[in-house]
Amino acid sequence: MLIRLISGDTPRSPILAAILLIILLGLAFAPFVFPGTRSVDTAARICIFIVLVASYDLMLGYAGIVSFAHTMFFGIGAYGVALASIHMGRGFDALVVGSVSGAIAAAVLALVIGLFSLRVRAIFFAMITLAVASAFAVLVSQLSNLTGGEDGLNYQIPRALTAAQRYLEEPFFGVRVNGKLVNYYVVFFGSLIVFLILLRIVNSPFGRVLQAIRENDFRTEAIGYRVVYYRTTATILSAVAASLAGSLFAIWLRYVGPDTTLSFDIMIDILLMVVIGGMGTMYGAMIGATIFVLAQNYLQNLMGAAEEALQSVGVPLLPLFLNPDRWLLWLGILFVLSVYFFPTGVVGRLRRRG
Amino acid sequence: MPDPILRLSGVFANIAQYHILQGVDLEVPAGAVTMLLGRNGVGKTTTLRTVMGLWRAHRGSIVFADRDITALPTPAIARAGIGYVPETMGIFSDLTVEENMRLAAASGPIAADRLDWIFAAFPPLKTFWKKEAGTLSGGQKQMLSIARAMAEERRLYLIDEPTKGLAPAIIATMAGALRDLKKQGASILLVEQNFSVARLLGDSCAVMDDGRIVWSGAMAELAGDAALQERLMGLSLEAG
Repeated sequence: MLIRLISGDTPRSPILAAILLIILLGLAFAPFVFPGTRSVDTAARICIFIVLVASYDLMLGYAGIVSFAHTMFFGIGAYGVALASIHMGRGFDALVVGSVSGAIAAAVLALVIGLFSLRVRAIFFAMITLAVASAFAVLVSQLSNLTGGEDGLNYQIPRALTAAQRYLEEPFFGVRVNGKLVNYYVVFFGSLIVFLILLRIVNSPFGRVLQAIRENDFRTEAIGYRVVYYRTTATILSAVAASLAGSLFAIWLRYVGPDTTLSFDIMIDILLMVVIGGMGTMYGAMIGATIFVLAQNYLQNLMGAAEEALQSVGVPLLPLFLNPDRWLLWLGILFVLSVYFFPTGVVGRLRRRG
Repeated sequence: MPDPILRLSGVFANIAQYHILQGVDLEVPAGAVTMLLGRNGVGKTTTLRTVMGLWRAHRGSIVFADRDITALPTPAIARAGIGYVPETMGIFSDLTVEENMRLAAASGPIAADRLDWIFAAFPPLKTFWKKEAGTLSGGQKQMLSIARAMAEERRLYLIDEPTKGLAPAIIATMAGALRDLKKQGASILLVEQNFSVARLLGDSCAVMDDGRIVWSGAMAELAGDAALQERLMGLSLEAG
């Protein structure tokens, strides 16, 4: 049953299986194990980024397509929910309509980009996606009447998903059972379902053809597969999954803006998460997103604590390096080291050992 | 002589600025093995790749089973029933042996008796069925490459130097499998440098030089005439 659920794609390494299980259980019980607004917010972001990174891995790791337009699809899903919630009023129907229309818009755009540019060489495709994504970001920031411009949009989601809605008078295992908790589980199960669907896709015959194309597109054509069709379909599926991740993000945050969904910084983050976790593995997305989002959120705290500890024992100079303001430097060092020691990503390394 | 299943008429093909094929006329009879021989660099591989649409013929026509395939895209040519085994062992090294085979059977699952036949011809493929193809030895990769073409019944097999760089024992396995395929009545166009293998398998034969066919006839005729062999393949010929 479990093997079927993960489409027969077992972790193939006991250590990897243990890590994935810890992440899954950690996320499933995050509101109870790590109570507090910040930690639950971090857990929700991890869930959403796992889907976003996994959908990117479908393109980069499985089909070998380098795209820089992934945040655009993420943004389309998020703005879909935001616009629907504003224009239709708060309600679950707005969330569904927003998510579905975002996904459709993402699919159509991916189809157009794919048909026009997947025939060209990989480097040109990457450049085209970069141009389209930049143009889209500029468009969103300029159409301020519709999108709120650089300020973004605030909107209301159904009360049933907000902290104002209480479901139980008494806390359950010390946690208040309110709409925010329900919202977290909408994000968690939504992400889980999309992730399992992605896992199913890459382990299907379709996924095998994608892997064959990644390795050698001429050979794949010579055994009868239309490469453009497969590449375009992969781009569309990936765009739809990214858009759904964006919708979940919008439901969770109740805010969308260019910086939180469309910025090129997020695109770079996604790339790093795929590489750190391990390309072409899907499970790499889980590990990459977890490490990255945790580092983004907690590295500063960790460094602050380390700095204080070192200062209190009187170690010279070193506390200066551990000043929380220098967290980006350490994040960078962390990435360089991880790429150096895990060139095939954490999953690739663990599987080889297993 | 049976009707040709493949006919190339005056095929010209260029790779960048090089004129590789300069008017290839070739007929491949159905239900027989046609050897395509010639020295290195005369255009044998390019001929096969041009049939597959991997290089484009800019003049001439390629007719397969009474259908002009000259301008068809490669996948359509493959799906018309041509199994192609490239010189470079076109396997997918990241996929398992099983996945490679299933991928090759584009029209559906591989028939059980066909799989048994393939396993009997190439026992290592059964042993390493679940292994990544990249971990196989050179000979095993070549076996997989040919087995992939055999995964389904094809109307024509284009096989490019299947014994190149292989140990004699593996060459024998390879020749045995090809002879088996021939016994089933398959139509095969085979590029081969190993003359003893060519003599063993070939029914008819075409010799290329300088981008065109300079001699064609029965394999037995060429095999029995050492002077002809020397003239066609040992020395450079005057074009035309």
